[in-house]
Amino acid sequence: MSENTFAYVATSEKPQLPPPQGTTGAVGWARENLFSSPLNTILTLISVFVVFSTVPGIFNWAFVNSVWNANSLDECRALTENGACWAVIRERYHQFLFGFYPTELYWRPILAFVLLFVALVPALWDGMPKRGAALMASMTYPFVAFWLIWGGFGLEPVSSTKLGGLLLTMIIGVSGISFSLPIGIVLALSRSSNLPIVKSLAVIFIEFIRGVPLITLLFVAHVLLNYFLPKGVNFDIVLRVVIMVTLFASAYMAEVIRGGLAALPKGQYEAADALGLSYWQSMRLIILPQALKISIPGIVNTFIGLFKDTTLVLIIGLMDPLGLVAPTLADQRWNGIFVELYAFIAFMFFIFCFAMSRYSMYLERKLHTGHR
Amino acid sequence: MKKMILPVALGAAFAATSLSAASAGTLEDVQERGKLRCAVSTGLAGFSYTDENGKWQGFDVDYCRAVAAAVLGDADAVEFSPTTGKTRFTALASGEVDILSRNTTWTFSRDADLKFTFLGVSYYDGQGFMVKKSLGVASAKELDGATVCIQTGTTTELNLSDYFTAEGMSYEPLSIETNTEGRANYLADACDVYTTDASGLAASRATFENADDHIVLPEIISKEPLGPLVRHGDDQWADIGRWVLNALKIAEEKGITAANADEMAANSKDPEVLRLLGASGEMGASVGLGNDFALVAIKAVGNYGEVFERHLGTQTKVNLARGLNAMWTEGGLQYAPPFR
Amino acid sequence: MSTSTVPADNSFQLSQLWRDARYRSYTIQIIALVVALSVVMMLISNAVENLEALGKDFNFGFLYEPAGYDIGQVLVNYTSASGHWKAALVGLLNTLLVAFLACVTATIIGVFVGVLRLSNNWVVSRLMAVYIEGVRNVPLLLQILAWYAVFIHVFPTPKQAVKAPVIEGAVYATNRGFYIPGLTFDGGYQIVVAVLLASIAGIFVFRRWARQRQEATGQILPVGYITLGILIVPSVLAYFAAGMPIGLDYPVAGRFNLKGGLKVGTPLIALWFALSIYSAAFVAEIVRAGIMAISKGQTEAAYALGLRPRRTMSLVVLPQSLRIIIPPMISNYLNITKNSSLAIAVGYMDLTGTLGGITLNQTGREMECMLLLMATYLLISLSISAVMNVYNESVKLKGR
Repeated sequence: MSENTFAYVATSEKPQLPPPQGTTGAVGWARENLFSSPLNTILTLISVFVVFSTVPGIFNWAFVNSVWNANSLDECRALTENGACWAVIRERYHQFLFGFYPTELYWRPILAFVLLFVALVPALWDGMPKRGAALMASMTYPFVAFWLIWGGFGLEPVSSTKLGGLLLTMIIGVSGISFSLPIGIVLALSRSSNLPIVKSLAVIFIEFIRGVPLITLLFVAHVLLNYFLPKGVNFDIVLRVVIMVTLFASAYMAEVIRGGLAALPKGQYEAADALGLSYWQSMRLIILPQALKISIPGIVNTFIGLFKDTTLVLIIGLMDPLGLVAPTLADQRWNGIFVELYAFIAFMFFIFCFAMSRYSMYLERKLHTGHR
Repeated sequence: MKKMILPVALGAAFAATSLSAASAGTLEDVQERGKLRCAVSTGLAGFSYTDENGKWQGFDVDYCRAVAAAVLGDADAVEFSPTTGKTRFTALASGEVDILSRNTTWTFSRDADLKFTFLGVSYYDGQGFMVKKSLGVASAKELDGATVCIQTGTTTELNLSDYFTAEGMSYEPLSIETNTEGRANYLADACDVYTTDASGLAASRATFENADDHIVLPEIISKEPLGPLVRHGDDQWADIGRWVLNALKIAEEKGITAANADEMAANSKDPEVLRLLGASGEMGASVGLGNDFALVAIKAVGNYGEVFERHLGTQTKVNLARGLNAMWTEGGLQYAPPFR
Repeated sequence: MSTSTVPADNSFQLSQLWRDARYRSYTIQIIALVVALSVVMMLISNAVENLEALGKDFNFGFLYEPAGYDIGQVLVNYTSASGHWKAALVGLLNTLLVAFLACVTATIIGVFVGVLRLSNNWVVSRLMAVYIEGVRNVPLLLQILAWYAVFIHVFPTPKQAVKAPVIEGAVYATNRGFYIPGLTFDGGYQIVVAVLLASIAGIFVFRRWARQRQEATGQILPVGYITLGILIVPSVLAYFAAGMPIGLDYPVAGRFNLKGGLKVGTPLIALWFALSIYSAAFVAEIVRAGIMAISKGQTEAAYALGLRPRRTMSLVVLPQSLRIIIPPMISNYLNITKNSSLAIAVGYMDLTGTLGGITLNQTGREMECMLLLMATYLLISLSISAVMNVYNESVKLKGR
């Protein structure tokens, strides 16, 4: 009875057939992802056309036909028809990195730059042994860097007018970033506190700063700040710019952190109160660690924005990388070479900003899983 | 609590930088600092530019060197601040620099409204127009309807407006920030005409690949006496700046050069030369300087004619004739008051 | 026993100001207020003192003096004889113009890019990712300068453009700007404009009535055609009745430039283009985040109902994500407005270029100009956020 006598009934399991051709492998993938509908097909074709009509051209221009050794644009043009003339970068890269910083002292900004990463390690690496002490050591970084770059106390002093290029960008960007975070936290706490006067002062400050363009604040730093300081008190233009950029970034930072504070469930605040913690204890131990964690992507975005905004200093005459384009073009040998210069500067900024945004996405993913 | 931030930030800033104390006078400040702070142009061939070593050079730059030499005894004790047409006055007014030497036109409103003291005329200039030869324009009166590139924040944009209004012509302005941008726009044909001081036009034209394709039109539409300036309110400092400039001019008039200055001081029979070079009298003390301040300045940069020939003259690429800037003895306008 | 844990009512001790929670908040606030006020007072008194020392006064009389300079792109009548206030007004209008244009185009491009970024078409979504990352991570100022340089070098000079027009006799693209036909207004044009405005108002009334009618009776009117009819027919009739007072002014070749027509200068185009391209990347990310925040169940339910992907997007997902999208969009529009102040880099005379630039420089009134400039920007920002917040509230209410 268990014996199967009908020929059309299978006696054993049939081997699995491969899925129909056209749904697997490259063809299937393409069908699924590229040609699933007429619209999709059109989009794909347009995209492929765009890629093929631009990428090879750019690649050839930037790498294949480019010139690295020449003394002027004319020489470049003689050597290649339609290639990039990177010779200008080769000749002036040190200016784009350090501005007019004395050549024999380049080791100082380089050391400051390396130390920046050393100082960043405790902040970025959670599992570091003795992290607390290391963090405290990192706090001294701004002073060390200041000493290294401007000199004094045994090092040859270097005037601010010599700072330029990426060095200037880094100075403004890094100090803006490191000072705006604590100020932003204080502002955010003030704005979400229940003390009406403190709260309204914070609101006025934040809304004022966020309501005007950064460039007007830089104008103020450049034009007006001296009017507002006691007579005879006068400090460096770079420092004035740093202060303004920091204030600007802190207002944005405050809003990001306030979002984090608001996103915390009310139970957290109540639990902290129930434990009998004082305001500062509850903030330090319960609220801020969580709120900051939530707002990390926003904080990093503010950092990126701040870093990009440092280019605005060119409008008040400081020589950031973008500001150095004009003096380079003023050299008759390099008259008219703007594409290469802009491309190089764009690439420089892209690396920094892209790295920061990737790091923020990594954090976001990491913290996301932690939360659920 | 929140407003603590500003004082704290400022306090930290003060602690971190050298805080210059309330000033008695600019001269004392400069001597204490050991550096003269001088605002120059971000880049104008012949007047101020950086050479390949990043060192500032030019006609306006050398005046700063002369002042530094006179005040500090060292022509290289200068910190140059590059400024644009727009940022220069604020740099001076805010006390960021001690002196502004950046082809700046002496006008009533700058003197009276902006509260600056002009120290004399280092270069007599006038506003002109440059066009491409291919346009077939021979006179500025044919420019009706043209697009004109102008540097903002200068007297040129006011002169331009006046000139076209007076001639009953119209134009389209393209406002640019620096001379470099002006050249770039002009060469790319984004404007038909580039207007600025005639010296600037000549300097720009000199750097063009095919200088012969461009002509400077004959009309000079304004008087542009260019000179260095300082803030109102410190007459001693103004006197120093004024007389360093005059000393360079007198030196040319009297034939004193960088090379022969020491010898002239020792052997000259001319009492004015002896006074100028500090060999007789106590002239320097009355402005708070050493008696040989003019001698040091002349030795550092040479006389007015030498400075001119070195950066602007016919031997250079800029190729400007002395013209109005010749000494009065040679038919020009440069005329220094007597040194006595 | 004698020292009670409850202090007597009238035995107020100074330390209570800090230790007692009842008083502490007052203490903190008063200190904050005093510090804030004294800082402000210090700044003001310093400013007064310093201005006095420089012999400068503080008044806005200079605004009525002739400006003396000309501006390339103006929306209202302006000559160099107009006052500085008029120059500032020209600048303000230019700021608003470019900000408005850029907001519109950035939104359109951004929504497309954001939706395409989420497309399951691999090539398209990769391409969009490259665009977004590339644009977002490069400073805007650099992009503005670069686009300007591209525009003045790539487009033909007016002489060449006349030989190769985009549309013969009407549209020309030159490296100094784009020329399109402009409108000319003769006497009686007010009638046409009034009729046009009235018919637009009429359309709103009609649509409202049509909707009520549909809800009441279930009958559907061809709303689209009727709307179009109301928009066009009365205006065209009025146009002919008033004797064709509105005409077109075509650009023609002049000695140096094209003459006549409407010129959109290269500075404006470059700024508009750069702002749009840059901000669109941010809009795209906002849109993407908004769409992703809608739970997948919504999409699946829509598919189950038989809606096509595009209709699912436009009818189910987008309306819901709008609520999430709008707040960050507000701040993005604010950013566009503030970023338009970078116009100064390409010589587009916006508010920063006129009031904060040439006027400040020619008059030497730094304090007055800067205060006015910042106050104006603040006013623009606050009004944009106010308007958008009202809209935001209305969207929110609809949802619940």
